[in-house]
Amino acid sequence: MSENQIYTLTVNGSQREVKDSWIGESLLYVLRERLGLPGAKGACEQGECGSCTVMMDGAAVCSCLVLAASAVDADIKTVEGLAPDGSLTDVQQSFINNGAVQCGFCTPGLIVAIHNLLDSQPNPSELEVREAISGNICRCTGYGRIFAAVQDVIEQRGATR
Amino acid sequence: MSTVKTRRDVLGTNALRPDGAAKVKGEFSFSSDMWSDGMLWGATLRSPHPYARIVRIDTSPALAIDGVRAVLTAEDVPGVLTYGLIDQDQPVFAVDYVRYMGEPVAAVAADHPETCRRALAAIIVEYEVLTPLTDPELSLDTSTPAIHPNGNVFRHQRIVHGDTSVVGDVVVEGEYEIGMQDQAFLGLEAAMAIPDADGAGIELHIATQWLHEDQKQIAACLGLPIERVRLVLGGVGGAFGAREDISLQVHSCLLALTTKRPIKMQYSREESFFGHVHRHPARVHIRHHAKADGTIVKIEARMLFDGGAYASTSSAVLINGITHIQGPYRCPSAVVDGFAVRTNNPPCGAMRGFGVVQACYAHESQMDRLAEACGLSHVEIRLRNAMRTGDTLITGQPVESVAPVERCIRETDALPLPPPLIDSPDVLELPGGTGLTSRSENIRRGIGWGVSIKNIMYSEGFDDYSTARCTLQDGVVALKFATSEVGQGFVTLAPQIARSVLGVTDVVVEPMDTTIGSAGSTSASRQTWMSGGAVDGACRLVRERLFEHVGLANGIDALRLVIEDDEIVDTMGTLRIKVTDAAPGVRFEETFEHHHRPTEDLDENGQGNCHVAFAFVAHRAVVDVDVELGLVKVVQVATAQDIGRALNPLSVQGQLEGGIAQGLGLAVMEEVIVQDGRVRNPSFTDYLLPTALDAPEVVYSLIEEPDPQAPLGAKGVGEPPCISVTPAIASAIRQATGRDIRRVPVRPQDICL
Amino acid sequence: MTVHSPRTIDQAVTLLEKYPSAMILSGGTDFMVEVNFNHRKPSQVVSTRAIEELRQWNIDHDTNSIFIGAGVTYSTIESSDIAQAAPALAEASRTVGSPQIRAAGTMGGNLGTCSPAGDTLPVFAALDAKILLASNAGRREVSFADFMVGPKKNSLLAGEMVLGVSLPIIEGWQGYAKVGVRNAMVISIASACLVRNASDDSVRVALGSVGPTIIRARAAESWWLDQGAPRSSSEMHTEFGARCAAEASPITDHRSTAEYRRHAIKVLCTRLAARSTSR
Repeated sequence: MSENQIYTLTVNGSQREVKDSWIGESLLYVLRERLGLPGAKGACEQGECGSCTVMMDGAAVCSCLVLAASAVDADIKTVEGLAPDGSLTDVQQSFINNGAVQCGFCTPGLIVAIHNLLDSQPNPSELEVREAISGNICRCTGYGRIFAAVQDVIEQRGATR
Repeated sequence: MSTVKTRRDVLGTNALRPDGAAKVKGEFSFSSDMWSDGMLWGATLRSPHPYARIVRIDTSPALAIDGVRAVLTAEDVPGVLTYGLIDQDQPVFAVDYVRYMGEPVAAVAADHPETCRRALAAIIVEYEVLTPLTDPELSLDTSTPAIHPNGNVFRHQRIVHGDTSVVGDVVVEGEYEIGMQDQAFLGLEAAMAIPDADGAGIELHIATQWLHEDQKQIAACLGLPIERVRLVLGGVGGAFGAREDISLQVHSCLLALTTKRPIKMQYSREESFFGHVHRHPARVHIRHHAKADGTIVKIEARMLFDGGAYASTSSAVLINGITHIQGPYRCPSAVVDGFAVRTNNPPCGAMRGFGVVQACYAHESQMDRLAEACGLSHVEIRLRNAMRTGDTLITGQPVESVAPVERCIRETDALPLPPPLIDSPDVLELPGGTGLTSRSENIRRGIGWGVSIKNIMYSEGFDDYSTARCTLQDGVVALKFATSEVGQGFVTLAPQIARSVLGVTDVVVEPMDTTIGSAGSTSASRQTWMSGGAVDGACRLVRERLFEHVGLANGIDALRLVIEDDEIVDTMGTLRIKVTDAAPGVRFEETFEHHHRPTEDLDENGQGNCHVAFAFVAHRAVVDVDVELGLVKVVQVATAQDIGRALNPLSVQGQLEGGIAQGLGLAVMEEVIVQDGRVRNPSFTDYLLPTALDAPEVVYSLIEEPDPQAPLGAKGVGEPPCISVTPAIASAIRQATGRDIRRVPVRPQDICL
Repeated sequence: MTVHSPRTIDQAVTLLEKYPSAMILSGGTDFMVEVNFNHRKPSQVVSTRAIEELRQWNIDHDTNSIFIGAGVTYSTIESSDIAQAAPALAEASRTVGSPQIRAAGTMGGNLGTCSPAGDTLPVFAALDAKILLASNAGRREVSFADFMVGPKKNSLLAGEMVLGVSLPIIEGWQGYAKVGVRNAMVISIASACLVRNASDDSVRVALGSVGPTIIRARAAESWWLDQGAPRSSSEMHTEFGARCAAEASPITDHRSTAEYRRHAIKVLCTRLAARSTSR
């Protein structure tokens, strides 16, 4: 089905045209089903899990709650846009090293949320980390290894500053 | 935690997940990420009523919508009309009656999810609404009309053991209630069904716990020979028991075969609450008889599990519940009656802990009461009764597993307690958090205990074997098995096993599908033991072939050869050759099935060796409670778990912490609220899961006493972490508040009103 | 469905006049839930995302007032100088949903949705906030009490939109508290905002999630004033809390019981009163 309103999104630095879409589609749907970017995951459709977190104009938001057609002026960055092909960011590598990944469904959203946190606050306290990711539900890990992963990144970045 | 560095990631090391990089980059393909040329979307029409007769269905208005390609109902099911893991009583689509809110009535295929929604809205279903049976006690009443041809009782089983006339010096009695918990995996149900070109077969990419069981049930419903139904594991975003039953499998395949197009189906969160089974709500009445010194002499119990509308695994959950009601404690005599019944509530089945969670909440609440009645501490009463290897269970089965219950308790007790709450803590450290409800003067701290026993593997005569194939060529191993990787980390463990057995470094895990024999289910804490055993066995067979080859080539007896690190070494000579160089160009391939020892059915008195093995764990919870508002923050959970052997300590830690968070959820926030058969909170706004601000500090000790029965010495570690933490938290709330908490989850009003 | 993205308020109200049934999309955190859950199928949507003017705020110390544009997000409230000028609003904003929701959700959205559980609404009620509305016919201002008329019902007319909200800067004390069953990301079961004026020691208290609208406990407010200074005894605060609870009108639903909600209001208001006098 389509309603013929064509629009263009700026995703990971590229202009991406969306056509033949149903205009009620969320940014999450458009990223996953139309633009070939399935990294953001859908798990609640109402902003209560954080799996679909992307950065929009520098803020971490739930892409399931963004009407894609309304995001035409925004600079959108997804998990796919964090590290060049074949490489990992420090947060991504730390997640692997610390056992912060189990099923991995919440992982991309958490990675984006944590990058967003550390961009604005390079040395957060443990409680600040917890509050910053309190909108990202993880059902597997109980969060312990995720906190450890973030702590490692903070320490590594601190050591290289 | 420091990473143990060894040259190769063998058993015992913190090998890292092979799928980790793909998962952190968002490149791992979950079943919901699949896409296929020319695919259509599938969707399900569900009953709005808990109980109704279907008077008429008219699908023609939906079929008339542009973009709709198929609308299917029960009339379109070519094979058997029902499925189920134990009893096949659940309809693919409702036939004549709907028996729970959310029961599938029809399915559609269309060009867009929004078209599907419009099609579902256009299907006309005329219902004659009936009064639902929602009280499980009424299901036991023979005067209640049956809501299903198979009757209202799934199973009744009694346990009568020892001298039932014994009366204790001390008797404590209580009635306990456990609410309905949801597995709430994050990766919603999703599948891609691709029809064969000849229209007489199907390939289903599916997130499931048990490929072969799905295959069997799907083929029967599709009326296809089993070999024409091929299953491939799609990336699984958690499971916890909710992917053991059929959900959208048959629907997606039927739509694909009908439309001759690939079908993508995925549930929304709301639909997921209706689309899979939940943890059974249960009521437990239990009476402990003990000597004055606290030694238990008898338990009497009645357990009632509400199985909801269809059987699923209710009869097995019941057996787990009643056979674990004694807890990890010696108990010479018992009279137990257990019932699993049918109602018009949501169907219930497997969830992490499988019947033992309900039993544990009851027996641990009782242990606290018994301690108080006997003037003992909560630790002393548990130590006094702690089960040991060789003890006899109330089923008459001897505990042959290593049973370090006393050690679990003592090591937990020795773990450090958290510092006391300071005067002006950050609001995030207080119950209520940023809600700014509480200050430290409003808080009371409590400490509570829980200890549990959990069977591992399937029970009651079921041969739940696992199959694995190992191929070795030029030092590279390929492993093939159908073991569902749901996040637990078997894809990490299996290569560790191969490296340990074969001295290799490079191990490839092939796709998990039905082209090899069954691995059984990823449940019951069984895959490390069962599929681990199968991989270990296959690798050992390959090692024998390799040694024979090297022996023959070098003129020495293969029995003299061993693997040392990455070399083959002649123990009686000088030969020393790298595994990678030992047999250039030669391919060794072996398949192995691991079977655990046989188990038995229970007799009419509930006697029999029905379980394979047991694992034990202790939990100590520290909670801060705002007594006036009834708000709780779990500060710390300490645990010592009997794991046999830590094959990957980092993975074990992840299971412990993850399980504790789920047990915390059941203790203080997670409940599917059902009123008159209607689910009131099918969303993550109202079904609350623990967040990063709810997760407690976890301190732990791993008890490694290798189990001689276990192929790798290791017990499964998946379920125990979530079992006794729930009663430990409830107990801590009792300690903090003096309230008699009889029910979980504990709600604010249970504490302060 | 058609999405319009006006860049000015004038363009927006023109569109709203042309499409009186259009839905206004601000941060999307309520709107998209309705769309995703198939509860709403708007044919015309006016997105305010590109209207720069709505994202402005102003703190005027001469008039002791704050104006907050409808497009200002919760996270802006938390992190900007609004947090010092209206601390209760910042406290309320910090309890909204998740960080992701707070980065997207707006004041205009909270007002537009007008849920009894809307986290900032008790603050607006307690501060006697004025809501500035605009349509093609012009602008008008309504008090919050006249704006919220029922559960998810407000007095916006067809073709009208929220431009922003003005609040007084209070000389005195203000605080917010909210009960939820989780330590983050939770819908309010009961909430309260208390404002205490330094000049006359009067209080204003507003209750959330315990009635069809936000409730001002006006009888308790007058009782407070009737008591003699210094109004700092714990007995008085407890009595005040009980009187606030008596004015609540809670219901039982799947989130909580009426009994608990009323009890929670009593405790929250007692504690807020105590905090207001403890410094």
